[in-house]
Amino acid sequence: MPEAGWDYAKQTTNQKLNQVIMVFLFYFLSAIMVISALLVVFSKSPINNVIYLIICFIAMAGHYILLNAQFLAVVHIIVYTGAIMVLFLFVIMLLNLNKAIIPQKSAVTRIMAVVTGGIFFLVLIAATRQTFVINPRYAFTSEIGLVANVGKTLFHEFLLPFEISSVLFISAMVGAVMFGKRDHAVGDD
Amino acid sequence: MNEITSAIQLIPLEHYIVLSVTLFSIGMMGVLFRRNIIAILMCLELMFNSANLLLAAFSAYHSDPSGQVFVFFIMIVAAAEVAVGLSIVVMMKRNVESVDINLLNRLKW
Repeated sequence: MPEAGWDYAKQTTNQKLNQVIMVFLFYFLSAIMVISALLVVFSKSPINNVIYLIICFIAMAGHYILLNAQFLAVVHIIVYTGAIMVLFLFVIMLLNLNKAIIPQKSAVTRIMAVVTGGIFFLVLIAATRQTFVINPRYAFTSEIGLVANVGKTLFHEFLLPFEISSVLFISAMVGAVMFGKRDHAVGDD
Repeated sequence: MNEITSAIQLIPLEHYIVLSVTLFSIGMMGVLFRRNIIAILMCLELMFNSANLLLAAFSAYHSDPSGQVFVFFIMIVAAAEVAVGLSIVVMMKRNVESVDINLLNRLKW
């Protein structure tokens, strides 16, 4: 049957093209993440730091989509870029930090920080190099990261930690309010 | 969706390990590098996220959704941590009129 064979060839060509695109996307997103993370460290203005960190987080949401973890990608976008980074921006604007020039650490300290980061990177690579021999490729199912499966796991096996995390949120909220309140007992203003 | 699934298997798990180790090192370098406490908190977020990415990668390669639930819990803890940390920053700015961590060096002793 020539039609079926032609369809099969076309399908495999499409699959190969898709695979090439996916692999390219992985390295592209990784490059964006590393570059924007370096810019978070090395750029001076706090607003620029926040914006580079948002770029990094959006690239990471792309990584989650590549890993077929759609639920994590959506939650990551909502929680990190939607809530946490906006909170950072609010604090920066509230404290009017954009023009406040903060003196940098001395050159020796900065060079030592970079050297320490590099050495730490080498140590972690050397420590995880042994795992490169093991190649854990089990049966791969695509439905792991869907909302239904993650939700089932969350509400069956992890129900108690999920409920306890609400206590953590309440205590964090109380702590934030306590810190944010002006201290009238000690202050003399 | 099947194409994505088959394409992920082309990328070895080591590359995810190297990527998240790189991000974690950059975050640690930033914590040592900066004096602005807000930038230090941002670098902490970077380190959180590299661990999250590695957990999600392991979870996807092992076909086990527990890792992704764990990432969800880490996000919850990170949100609480950021709320408390930023309120500490606001309090610090109110008390010492700066966000320079060297002004708080008496915390070392």
